[in-house]
Amino acid sequence: MAVSPDAVGMVLPPISMDIERGRLAAFARVTRATDPAYSDLDAAKNAGHRDIPVPPTFLFAIELEQADPFWWARNIGVEVNYVLHGEQRFTYHRVAYAGERLTANAVITDVFSKRGGALEFIIKKTAISDEAGARGRGSGHDVVVRNPGVGS
Amino acid sequence: MSTPTDLAVGTELAALKIDPISRTTLALFTGASGDTNPVHLDHEIAQAAGMPDVFAQGMLSMAYLGRLLTDLFPPDRLRSYGVRFAAITPVKGEPTCTATVTSIDESGGERRATLALSVALADGTVTLTGDAVVAL
Repeated sequence: MAVSPDAVGMVLPPISMDIERGRLAAFARVTRATDPAYSDLDAAKNAGHRDIPVPPTFLFAIELEQADPFWWARNIGVEVNYVLHGEQRFTYHRVAYAGERLTANAVITDVFSKRGGALEFIIKKTAISDEAGARGRGSGHDVVVRNPGVGS
Repeated sequence: MSTPTDLAVGTELAALKIDPISRTTLALFTGASGDTNPVHLDHEIAQAAGMPDVFAQGMLSMAYLGRLLTDLFPPDRLRSYGVRFAAITPVKGEPTCTATVTSIDESGGERRATLALSVALADGTVTLTGDAVVAL
């Protein structure tokens, strides 16, 4: 298969997620977090947080908060069962907390192939903003996720 | 959390050893992470995709490595965190997460350490490499 180069510049619809304490506690349990601040509100407050902090990689969940998270990949010619996650990068501007509603805005920034087309790479960048739309103001939450999928 | 105070280039931070990853963990991480890709849950679908069995979500290893970071540093110190997924983690795999300080410099008006990160299985297979920048 070939990923259409027309995919470059494709803007995905924004996806919002209410960050819930229970979901963060479940994430902390399965990753066997030992710091109770990541699962217990009192422990979080005792550690100086205003609520349970969002762990560094949980932000990846926002874009998955839809019935068919990979519809966009199929739309550009990718067989999802053959997708591998190649790289993932987060840049943090502030800590996010339970109780916030965060919105992910993603755009496909590059598509290229390697090994004579045996591997195809899709680079997606996502900005995550809070309800104040803090992205771009410099004082708020602005996370950039570099998220190349690898299709083969 | 015990934030290390005497980091220097070459300092190895405390390794984080994870118990063998069970199928239950894969199922629970599906719910917690929102990654519902069935190749991590359903043996038949994994085999149809050419894999011998289900395998762990890459983001599970990235979450474990993130735990190593948040066990040592308050979350507001983390500036960036990135990884490259190098090999699949099979079910029952036993990852160990490690971090080493590779540089310390002044940037953005603060002192920052750059860490080289790695996750390896018991047989030595490196499943993930990466880096993180933390403010000291």
